[in-house]
Amino acid sequence: MPALLTDYTLQTVLLGAVLIGVISGVLGSFAVLRRQSLLGDTLSHAALPGVCIGFMVAGARDLGSIMGGALVTAVAAALMTVAITRHTRLKMDAGLAATLSLGFALGVVLLTWIQSRGGAAQAGLDSFLFGQAAATTRADLYPMLGLVGISLLGVVVLWKPLKLMTFDPTFAAVAGLPVHRLEALLTAMIALAVVTGLQMVGVVLMTAMVIAPGAAARQWCGSLLGMVVLSAVLGAVAGAVGGLASALAPGLSTGPLIVLTATLIALISLLVAPHRGLIPQWYRQRRRRQSTSTDRILGTLYELAREHDDWRYRVEQGAVDAYHGMVTEPQLVALAERGLVTPVDHLPDEGPHWQLTEAGVDHAAAREARQRGRRRSRS
Amino acid sequence: MSLLAEPLVAILLTGMLVGTSAALLGSFLVLRGNSMLADAISHSILFGIAVAWLLSGQTSGPVQIAGAALSGVLAVFLIETLTRTRRLRDDAATGLVFPALFSAGVVLINVTARDVHLDEHTVLLGEVGFVWLDTVTVAGVELPRAMLATGVMLLLDAAFVLAFYKALKLATFDPDLARALGLAPGIIFYAHLALVSGTAVAAFDAVGVVLFITFVVVPPATAYLLTRRLLPMIVLAMLIAALSAPLGYALAIALNVSIGGSMALANGPFLLLAYGWRRWRQQRHSARAMATQSGSPSA
Amino acid sequence: MAAMDPPAEERPSARWALHTEDLTVSYGDRPALWDIDLNIPPGVLAGVIGPNGAGKSTLLKAVLGLVPLSAGHVRLFGRRYREQRQRVGYVPQRSSVDWDFPTTAVDVVTMGLYGQLGWLRWPGRRERDQALRALEEVGMETLADRQISELSGGQQQRVFIARALVQQPDILLLDEPMAGVDATTERSIIEILGRLRDEGRTIILVHHDLQTVQRYFDWLVFLNVRVIAAGPIDSVYTARNLRRAYGGQVALLDEGGRPTEASDDAGAAD
Repeated sequence: MPALLTDYTLQTVLLGAVLIGVISGVLGSFAVLRRQSLLGDTLSHAALPGVCIGFMVAGARDLGSIMGGALVTAVAAALMTVAITRHTRLKMDAGLAATLSLGFALGVVLLTWIQSRGGAAQAGLDSFLFGQAAATTRADLYPMLGLVGISLLGVVVLWKPLKLMTFDPTFAAVAGLPVHRLEALLTAMIALAVVTGLQMVGVVLMTAMVIAPGAAARQWCGSLLGMVVLSAVLGAVAGAVGGLASALAPGLSTGPLIVLTATLIALISLLVAPHRGLIPQWYRQRRRRQSTSTDRILGTLYELAREHDDWRYRVEQGAVDAYHGMVTEPQLVALAERGLVTPVDHLPDEGPHWQLTEAGVDHAAAREARQRGRRRSRS
Repeated sequence: MSLLAEPLVAILLTGMLVGTSAALLGSFLVLRGNSMLADAISHSILFGIAVAWLLSGQTSGPVQIAGAALSGVLAVFLIETLTRTRRLRDDAATGLVFPALFSAGVVLINVTARDVHLDEHTVLLGEVGFVWLDTVTVAGVELPRAMLATGVMLLLDAAFVLAFYKALKLATFDPDLARALGLAPGIIFYAHLALVSGTAVAAFDAVGVVLFITFVVVPPATAYLLTRRLLPMIVLAMLIAALSAPLGYALAIALNVSIGGSMALANGPFLLLAYGWRRWRQQRHSARAMATQSGSPSA
Repeated sequence: MAAMDPPAEERPSARWALHTEDLTVSYGDRPALWDIDLNIPPGVLAGVIGPNGAGKSTLLKAVLGLVPLSAGHVRLFGRRYREQRQRVGYVPQRSSVDWDFPTTAVDVVTMGLYGQLGWLRWPGRRERDQALRALEEVGMETLADRQISELSGGQQQRVFIARALVQQPDILLLDEPMAGVDATTERSIIEILGRLRDEGRTIILVHHDLQTVQRYFDWLVFLNVRVIAAGPIDSVYTARNLRRAYGGQVALLDEGGRPTEASDDAGAAD
């Protein structure tokens, strides 16, 4: 491993992947929160014609001009989307999908045009589809570093307006912020992030790098700052792990490996994050189910019976579930075993019903009297 | 060699079959506001194609197409499941699911299918220029496999839309009423997406999955700008798609570029023209409104 | 342990146009509707009122089976909704659909017949004539072939009402039909509904404007997750019930001697 880490190519790959993870994590947070996750998809697909144009202009595989070209067509696609949706009845999804697919089609046409005219250097352009980490050179890192620097600076400078716009665009507009211009700027910065990742992750999959780290970080953090920072870290981890894996297993495309890592991180976050995670939530519910005493469920049945002025009132299990926000069948079964409630028949379009027994009414009444007494002595 | 297996006929006809079936189904996606599901489905089927290939060594054939199409439906199901946890919005869920399935497909192909017919570039880009090389004989007629597959899908799609036109329309316009009237919009929704998925699998040989999205979204979006009735919109969308195939073919031959790519790209001018026409009408409209306003005595 | 329903006409619920018992609907961990027992007689124009989030729309959706019930049941003239879909017309909130959809007014009205047509039959001339007659009933026959996005809000609302009328329903459920329409349209809508009531149909309408309640309705349901009060307008429309419905949070159950009304002073009523 230490020998690997000193390997020159590997260092380059790792550095590049980390850069991509950081920038797409930071800007992706905004995209995810603003419900614009799929904008990244349109931007990255529409970057393909720019890659080709950049290559044609430079006449060689120069990453700087390729990134420049990609940035131009990506932003042009975003503008086209805005124009289509603002001036016609077409909705955002159709605008995004139309520019995405037409941009990509144009890219494919240009790509094959370059290929048909030959030239050895064109071979590398194919790698922009799925990303090829090994093709990255130390010199390629400088333009990437530049783009990361510019976007991070932009986020720092515009932090407050961006934050306001993300949480409450209407209020931001009322407060006098130039919301349209800020939106355009944010879109351009997301385009920067997409362009940074083109070489290693590729145009097809860069969208996942914009979304997955932000979606993962959202599960852990309640604050925007925390989310952006964590998203950058998770993006970097995904980039490093995926990049390393593709360097160790030649023949595997880099982009898919980075994306699978990022998706895995997002899935794990969805499952285990302390507050929002599904497993902790399930665990909390189970604890609550276990700690909700059978007596309280009996009390609910008792109250329902009183509300309906009928001690023989038949309570539907679903109503008890809805009241407690959980499945109460175990408690009801336990109560039935103690002879306090009994299952009764019901209509075919309803669920199981339960009825208090006489012992149940007595038990519940005694419990309530105890509680009232306790409450009175306290006050 | 039968006429249908002639390269020119095979290429044009296959392109037109892909385009018309995609535009037919796409009209309902665009109207429902689900255009990006076309994107999600067509990326996700790579996973299904890879698995079907692994299991059977084939990428065409009805079982393979149906099996691979399942992964498109799986993607929609996963997106809905993730959204239902309320931890993610549907856009983020979409953007999480389909790149993952696509990546899994690429890795599967990388690991198992090196140096064979199937590679991720073909799936992504397709090559309609080669469809005439791979033929089958049906009832004594030799015809390209891809043409057969896309032709069958077009028939299935058309039969579905014709049979369930009312239910599709109401499920798209007002799903609540559709459910209240007993027209099962949920089942219609999944059946529709299963067909989108199957058509995408059948089409990948020809135009590739990403370019398939163009035919699903752009012709319906164009037609939507030009007409205000559903049936004319669908017919117009299919017409635009059918026209784009020969136009794109001519462009591809002239410039010596990807045929599938330029067939897809040929949809672009139609959208631009429709957009320009709409804008021109809007401006003329508002100019006239201004003129009448300033001309009236009350102004 | 499922028991069989007795024949429809022998059920006590058959007397009521709408009868619900113990109806409970839950979104996530909180009930949206709790233990709703309602009886609305045939031939009334009934209003459902209550604050935002009171579950008014959910009540209509529960009747139509659009949301799953946690508990309880709904009967219309003693029968389940899905045995008699044709007898019930539904007018959802106008904002629930995309009015840019490429279709015409008469076509939208025809959609009301899609249930009767079954899965495969296409609407024909007869259905178009029926739809035109329904448009006539709401005074929209001249705009039948208009693209729906070119209609005003009030006209769109009337198209929606015509779509429910074309079914010749015995019960009409309307979700905030007066939202975002001008005063003239509102008057003509209530006129149409009054005429339908006089024909013997039952109309149940989710409403939000308290000022018009007394003029419009002859039956009233105060809703705030649970039924606060329901009955003939004169006996139910009281300051006390208004306060109870709009006065902040309502406790579902008086469990453990908690006060029934958590707060009684938030004057949300306007």
